[in-house]
Amino acid sequence: MACPSAPGTLETTGAKKPVTTNPILDATGVAKNYGAVAALRNASLSVLPGEVHALMGANGAGKSTLVKILTGAVRPSGGRIQIRGETREFSSPGAARRAGLVPVYQEPSLIPDLDIASNLRLTRTPVEPFAQWVRELGVNDLSLGATARDVPLAIQRVLDLARALAAEPHVLLLDEMTAALPADLAERVVDVVRRQSAAGRSVIFISHRFVEIAAMCDRATVLRDGETVGVLKIETGVEERIVELMLGAKIEKARGVTHGARSTATVAGPPRVAVRNLAVGKLQDVSFELANGEVAGVVALEGQGQDELFEALAGARKPSAGTIEVDGAAVRFAHPADAIRAGLALVPGDRSEALLMHRSVRENIALPFSAPFRRWGPIALRKERATVTAAIERLQIDTRAQREVQRLSGGNQQKVTIARWIAAETRTILCFDPTRGIDVRTKREIYRLLRELAGQGFSVLYYTSELDEVQHVCDRAIVIFGGRVVDVLPVEIADEAALTRAAYGLPRQSEVAP
Amino acid sequence: MIPLIRRNAWVAGLCVLFILLAITTKLIQPDYGAGDFGSLMRAVLPYAFAVAAQTVVVIAGGIDLSVAAMMAVTSVTAAAMMNGASESHALFVVPFVLALGLCLGALNGFLIVWTRVPDIVVTLSTLFVFQGVALLILDAPGGGAAEWLKGLVVGTVPIPFLPEGVTAWIPKALVVLVICLAVVWIPLRRSQLGLSIYAIGSSELAAFRSGVSVARTKIAAYAIGGLFAAMGGLSLTLSTGIGAPIPGPYLLASVAAVVLGGVALGGGKGGLLGPIIAVIVLRLVRTDLTLLAVDPNATTIIEGLIMVIVVMLGAFLAMRGRNR
Repeated sequence: MACPSAPGTLETTGAKKPVTTNPILDATGVAKNYGAVAALRNASLSVLPGEVHALMGANGAGKSTLVKILTGAVRPSGGRIQIRGETREFSSPGAARRAGLVPVYQEPSLIPDLDIASNLRLTRTPVEPFAQWVRELGVNDLSLGATARDVPLAIQRVLDLARALAAEPHVLLLDEMTAALPADLAERVVDVVRRQSAAGRSVIFISHRFVEIAAMCDRATVLRDGETVGVLKIETGVEERIVELMLGAKIEKARGVTHGARSTATVAGPPRVAVRNLAVGKLQDVSFELANGEVAGVVALEGQGQDELFEALAGARKPSAGTIEVDGAAVRFAHPADAIRAGLALVPGDRSEALLMHRSVRENIALPFSAPFRRWGPIALRKERATVTAAIERLQIDTRAQREVQRLSGGNQQKVTIARWIAAETRTILCFDPTRGIDVRTKREIYRLLRELAGQGFSVLYYTSELDEVQHVCDRAIVIFGGRVVDVLPVEIADEAALTRAAYGLPRQSEVAP
Repeated sequence: MIPLIRRNAWVAGLCVLFILLAITTKLIQPDYGAGDFGSLMRAVLPYAFAVAAQTVVVIAGGIDLSVAAMMAVTSVTAAAMMNGASESHALFVVPFVLALGLCLGALNGFLIVWTRVPDIVVTLSTLFVFQGVALLILDAPGGGAAEWLKGLVVGTVPIPFLPEGVTAWIPKALVVLVICLAVVWIPLRRSQLGLSIYAIGSSELAAFRSGVSVARTKIAAYAIGGLFAAMGGLSLTLSTGIGAPIPGPYLLASVAAVVLGGVALGGGKGGLLGPIIAVIVLRLVRTDLTLLAVDPNATTIIEGLIMVIVVMLGAFLAMRGRNR
């Protein structure tokens, strides 16, 4: 707490604002349906002038949807939004901006091919205040003629923020502003937010970092499953309350492990995959091992670098530092084909990234092994057919819709992806949120299948955004936060509550409980 | 500054290519003179407008396959309206045809935005529709054009204080081209609309978030494309004196020149000058090959090779510049 006007403890930060002031922004009962899916059911958010308000919720709770609605990027299906007591409906981000609601989105919003000056002109942002904010945010060597594409990502975020600040917003929305920033820039952001607040301007702050929230926020609104479930004053110990609210009833019914977890170290020899001090994208320094016959869960909040980890292991991205070892030998992947040859294959959450949607089940399964690189001549059809049939039977894929994979249900599509790698005799399967949007029954089948494969010596690395899956399928959970492995939980204690705590970088409960 | 230089470097490179070709021409045909240059520019005129139309749309991240068909419609409309009419009647015809082009282009843009059918499909359909419309207006080449309009593209511009040796090399067609393009392009480039066109071409999502109305900007880009196509159609009628209902080879030529001119087909990058110089270069190549009496079938092969080599070379130089 460097700011002299807000000294000492968290309690005073929370208590400094009078509660009687009328809210500058008041959203009630906001709902948004995408077809049959409700992204938001009943979200409310009330922000007072000069307040820094945290918006919190687990993955998929509806934070981003609420932000998009508040800033006019998405139209709500229901609810009411009032600005200074006046009901408004924004038809576009431009309209929201003119009303004083200025967002900084999670992803950079600068037009990549335009230079900075043109980007400012596009949003009619005055240059002088912008340049001043850029300097205050700690970037001194910015040229307005630079093309946005050539500016490093972290600086682009700073420019986004400076552009938003230059518009003198009444309410500034920061969506995961600090996630992509190095520590020194993140500190500057905290500083600037406090000054906005001191000047009577409001900030809505979305972050997974409790440290930052404790340092600058006055209150927090917690969303769960598209509903506002609580508004809390930020004070010491509020983290536990927030986590409880985010999880809701789930925290009570901790489910047991649903499968026989592999007893550790049953297989001798080097681990199947060993990652040592890996740095790639947001990952700074990650080390772990994946044993033969193990299903290791990876748990992380959105955007902690899990995408990059899986891409690096699948050969789609080159790490900037660190090593990957397969069966004890260091490997370097220049292309996904290298990783596949080493026996590492990715099963992405988005099936369309893995399958040829217009081709048949057979062709999709046969693709990796009937067309090996550097082999010419006709495909050995009979052998292919036998292998494919075996894989289809083994996975009980519904093949009524033979002709086009896109006609299969999501669950069956995912089975095809897995079947392909089994047929190709790949020994390590990298599952990235493989059950995304799949019905419960098929999910169960996939869990059972993966357990079976593990029993036969396959190794599986399993990232999931649905934390309860860990106890269904994994042997342990590797938790990544802020680019590092912060904890490794054995499956017995890896229930949703424990995982959520760990994913937010909080210590295990047994250690904080009195 | 560096990207600015790099952008202009492409244009500079094209200029060098043009000068080399001009020297080659003079070597092949020592008596190539101002008159030949004038006729080259007259031949370039409709191509250049087609290229301008395509450039605006491509910068906005789209593609317009109906450019040549729009030129045919506007050309026959102008020819039919001026057929047998008085000289002063043309004063009314020209703005009408330009407005028609604007509307045809806007129709393209509107259909793309409204139906959400991909631009390439929509403009392919309108290509056929416009072709049919052109044939309905004039079922065979015909019509007429006002004499003063025809005179606009013939001869040279007498500029005071310049010796005739210099003015002989400034054909009217070139002056008309420069003025027409500049009158639309320069104000556009400096306006919010121009900026928005680059923005939606570069990243629709980021543009939307910056408060740009993507739909309106897209329609405007296609409308301006239509306006340039109408200028192209008019130039066709002016240079031949009649309207031709069958679209000429302007579509593929326009895409080729856009690519050669340093405009990214993905949108968001490039300018108008590059493609215009590129189309002149492509025409000059053809002239040279004709002068050399190369088999016309081989001519297209050489044109294709030039395009691939230049674009590859440009990408290669840009990459080296970035790595340095």
